[in-house]
Amino acid sequence: MAAEVQHHGLGEAYKRKEDARFIRGQGHYVDDLNLPGMLYGDIVRSPYAHALIKNVDISEALKVPGVLAVITGKDLDAAGLAWMPTLSADTEAVLALDRVHYVMQEVAFVVATSRYAAADGAAAVDVDYEPLPVVVDPHKALLPDAPLLRPDKKDRQPTNQIYHWETGDKADTEAMFAEAEANGIVVKQDVYVPRIHPAPIETCGCVAQFDKATGKLTVWMTSQAPHAHRTLFAIVAGLPEHRIRIISPDIGGGFGNKVPIYPGYVCAVVATITTGKPVKWIEDRTENLSSTGFGRDYHIHAEIAADKDGTVRALKVHTLADHGAFDAAAQPTKFPAGLFHICTGSYDFQKAFVEVDAVHTNKAPGGIAYRCSFRVTEASYLIERIMDTLAHDLGKDPAELRMQNFIKPEAFPYRSALNWTYDSGNYEAALKVAMKGIGYDELRREQIEKRARGELMGIGISSFTEIVGAGPGKHFDIAGIQMFDSCEIRVHPTGKALARIGVQTQGQGHETTFAQIIAAELGMSPDDIDVEHGDTDTAPYGLGTYASRSTPVAGAATALAARKVRDKAKKIAAYLLEVGEEDLEWEPGRFYVKGSPAKGKTIQELAFAAYTNCPPYLEPGLEAVNYYDPPNLTYPFGSYICVVDIDRGTGAVHIRRFLAVDDCGTIINPMVVEGQIHGGLTQGLAPAMFEEITYDEEGNIHGGNFQDYLIPTSMETPHWETDRTVTPSPHHPIGAKGVGESPTVGAPQAIVNAVVDALAHLGVRHIDMPITPWKVWNILKEKGLAAD
Amino acid sequence: MSKHHISVTINGTVYESDVDSRTLLVHWIRDDLRLTGTHIGCDTTSCGACTIIVDGKATKSCTMFAVQADGRQIMTVEGLEQNDKLHPLQEGFHEEHALQCGFCTPGMMMTSLALLQSNPNPTEEEIRVGISGNLCRCTGYVNIVKAVQFAANKLQTPAEVPVTAGQGGE
Amino acid sequence: MIPGSFDYVTANSVAEAVALLEQHGDEAKILAGGQSLISLLRFRLAGPSVLIDINRIPDLDYLYESSSMLHIGALTREAELDSAALIKARYPILHDTARMVADPVVRNWATVGGNIAHADPANDHPATMLAVGAQVVARGPGGERVIPIDEFFADSSFETTLRPNEMLVEIRVPAPEMHSGGAYFKLERKVGDYAIVGAAAYIGLDADDRVNYAGIGLTNVGSTPIKARDAAQSLIGNVLDDAGIHHAAALAAAASHPTSDTRGPAEYKRAMVRTLTVRALRKALARAHGEV
Repeated sequence: MAAEVQHHGLGEAYKRKEDARFIRGQGHYVDDLNLPGMLYGDIVRSPYAHALIKNVDISEALKVPGVLAVITGKDLDAAGLAWMPTLSADTEAVLALDRVHYVMQEVAFVVATSRYAAADGAAAVDVDYEPLPVVVDPHKALLPDAPLLRPDKKDRQPTNQIYHWETGDKADTEAMFAEAEANGIVVKQDVYVPRIHPAPIETCGCVAQFDKATGKLTVWMTSQAPHAHRTLFAIVAGLPEHRIRIISPDIGGGFGNKVPIYPGYVCAVVATITTGKPVKWIEDRTENLSSTGFGRDYHIHAEIAADKDGTVRALKVHTLADHGAFDAAAQPTKFPAGLFHICTGSYDFQKAFVEVDAVHTNKAPGGIAYRCSFRVTEASYLIERIMDTLAHDLGKDPAELRMQNFIKPEAFPYRSALNWTYDSGNYEAALKVAMKGIGYDELRREQIEKRARGELMGIGISSFTEIVGAGPGKHFDIAGIQMFDSCEIRVHPTGKALARIGVQTQGQGHETTFAQIIAAELGMSPDDIDVEHGDTDTAPYGLGTYASRSTPVAGAATALAARKVRDKAKKIAAYLLEVGEEDLEWEPGRFYVKGSPAKGKTIQELAFAAYTNCPPYLEPGLEAVNYYDPPNLTYPFGSYICVVDIDRGTGAVHIRRFLAVDDCGTIINPMVVEGQIHGGLTQGLAPAMFEEITYDEEGNIHGGNFQDYLIPTSMETPHWETDRTVTPSPHHPIGAKGVGESPTVGAPQAIVNAVVDALAHLGVRHIDMPITPWKVWNILKEKGLAAD
Repeated sequence: MSKHHISVTINGTVYESDVDSRTLLVHWIRDDLRLTGTHIGCDTTSCGACTIIVDGKATKSCTMFAVQADGRQIMTVEGLEQNDKLHPLQEGFHEEHALQCGFCTPGMMMTSLALLQSNPNPTEEEIRVGISGNLCRCTGYVNIVKAVQFAANKLQTPAEVPVTAGQGGE
Repeated sequence: MIPGSFDYVTANSVAEAVALLEQHGDEAKILAGGQSLISLLRFRLAGPSVLIDINRIPDLDYLYESSSMLHIGALTREAELDSAALIKARYPILHDTARMVADPVVRNWATVGGNIAHADPANDHPATMLAVGAQVVARGPGGERVIPIDEFFADSSFETTLRPNEMLVEIRVPAPEMHSGGAYFKLERKVGDYAIVGAAAYIGLDADDRVNYAGIGLTNVGSTPIKARDAAQSLIGNVLDDAGIHHAAALAAAASHPTSDTRGPAEYKRAMVRTLTVRALRKALARAHGEV
């Protein structure tokens, strides 16, 4: 059912309610918190990628003025806390016991009376290491003579391979490839998606406070999923869950970095319980980049079987996934490779087969993060790159090849060869809007002219399909907890409302957008509806915000809770107006009698009546809660086109234009949506050309601070252009799909495709990210095109 | 380690303190004075979240010691609003949706304030150069440019009495 | 993130700073802009016992031209060099350089003096100063001495020929002759980064349009700032044409010693020395002709 656009409500560029505190510097981030008697924690970290720990000497550290305690792995082991479960059914060390597995791994936790004393204490802890051979190449980790990196689980995992996962129809896929080898075309492409890091401007941290008198543990935490974290703390630490309160205050960006539980949090909790004082732990940027949850690191081999005319038939993918020392990737438990098997993308493949082999190396743990929708960034990158390769090999225009192979609008709901049911889409329409907006045909003509003069320009397309809104409880759980979400609304007697939701903003604007959802359903002003979240004592249980799930899941719960409120208000209206419910009509903000529009009650009058003149057969009050188990995921999509010019003297790539056409279904707040897209595009540009975390042979990290991990500034970032199509989700109460990660999913390959397109006439088929000037220049030199 | 008595004017108020020589200015402002609007985002002077105004100059307060601020005039984000009236930059950031998580915002606004002091009518390119020492992960900068242009327009309207970066505030 | 301990003293005059240097020797470091030094202290990569803050010394941040020289006070901030009308008009190579140092906020405090005295081969000004043939004025307990820039940088990184009890007080750049010009080009991964490669070129032409002065300096392609002497020498006496520019650029590349790192492979950097030197020389020529 289409939602009406209200004067206030859906589709309005309502200015954000949460801005008021941020523009005054009155945000409440974790590090802003100062409690009486608060202590500070700092972590001692390993300089070795792989080593035995022979001894941890804390004696000098304890002499440092201000240092109160030093917690070691042995201390935690005594409490059964030296290891903790990960979200991927692995275990990870909280503090290393007998060995370290990656540079910067946590070894000890110093507790002191000041930040500075804690740092001095950490510098004074003396650890005796015996280095072991280091494995940083995931291919080498699979060799039979590779050192076993995880002897702690050798009984259940005797090699460095964590899992083999596969999906799809192998036999039928192979048959199609055989056919294509004979009568069609087979295209192969290897792509590497490098390790990158979400790097929100605020690093991770917490303040943990245990009250001995009440037995209550309160943790203010940079958490994208406070309820899930509370339950995990209860299970892992054996603390009673009703006496744990997690509070996510204002969070300075998440992007998936703030989903895992980090050793620093656990140590701070242990420290507060032992000392009885609040303990603050805030990591610095180097710690953040070097040890917290990274994203990507997928080595992908893909093949397409197609007809000679370019009609695609089958897709075959093999991936080697490097998870670092512990598989601490955050994704629904039944999907160890996340939603990677969306990799058939926007195209009508009849058959597909995907395999993922995951492996340990001596690197920081993780894998799923950085605005990826659970590996959709990797999936979308691979299909958009190999489709371009197919176009290149066939001598076909990449836009034409896509149009030819798009899933047709009438095919929705569409069941993909890998068993996803796409809810709605119109891929042709989005690509047409993008091509018109960028002036595609003129650009192709310009490219021909420029090539004749030896100038290099390229046009790259990315027509991605996203998959978000995890998800139906039957298939989607985090650590066993089904991935529903929730909203509770309470309308006060004087017609103002307070709503609490189970998701957690880190900048997405929920205080405004969720108020708009309710405002649309109840005909109220968003100003009269305050939205709170993040406090597990008050907010209804939810699974948090990541993978663009807030609008699809909690947004649905919010609309449905608002409708429950409206339904009860209708009953009260019928009572007050002395008619049957069937005789009432609704207009925004008001019920009125059919045929007598002057006889009506506003929602405010009905709220007041709920407390003062409630029908005797109803409970007084006006509130409702909804826990929403989505029937399906949602599938936002889009077409992005990027235009680049290449400097033949330096290999530098200049992005001349970038147009993003997005379809996220019903738009709640176009201003917020556009802002999300600008930010996501910038985080798509970043891996395409700038960001990369690499390791040398000794396991030392490169890219472990902001000098070397290259976050784009205002100068590298183009002036993003945006447009939209609107194809609502048929199964979502307001037709909305979510949008936050579409741009990070869609953008990198648009840029890579553009650079490859600029060089395609020279025979170039692929360049791995990040596209650095020297990678391009090497190609130019090889082709005799390097100039001044 | 030496200890020093410092007297610093911040947003018009004089703060006196005894500080260790190595105490970073950003830590003194945040932890000792409880002015937590200025944020810390990195450890290599790269991100600009800690930007404040010192004697009229945009300054990364993580790369200055508190003791160096003795006798100086400082303005932080808390000094932008005067007499319950938002500064045009604050208005601009709100109107143009130039913030999402808000963490880079105080530093971004202070850099922009100093920029508008020396260049009251900057082009988009000049704004992008001016804010290139401040990183944002959420907004992609497009709306930040618009916010600064909004403020530039408003400040050039005769009715506005600008708060300058050199003042500590009234 | 958190520095180690040190003592902090303020110098209120050059004489006082020199006396403190004399007293503490190697244990002391001068704190000017601090944009490089404080970063090192925070990572505990430097551990001086004493920091001598010279920011309170009055009259050390000046920029003025005498008949034969541009005088830059040690405390002159990069931002001043970036914005001064005098520099844009008469010394555009210095403007080219200053505007590429770090980012605009860092430039408010970073000093030109510090950029040179810190002697980081990745810093931008050394190459430019080598190209223009600058002089460094040092003051010690015995008084002042003038050090030609060619003799200022020692043979290893972060080392100068300043004595432990000397302080850099002024940089002198020769005033431009008629028909002279220079340019600095910096290739960086992103704004705020150190150079992948930087190249500074300065040329002077006689009445017949022949090169009578040439200086080429290179950034971040060796363990010290590099003066490409053979490259510059190859231009002397000739009318500067594209062939000559390319020849000089090839010699400049041969004079560089880049290493492969996260800013690119050595081979690329060497090629970029060539490319940037060509671009710098072309622009220097255009400026010498009054075209730009």
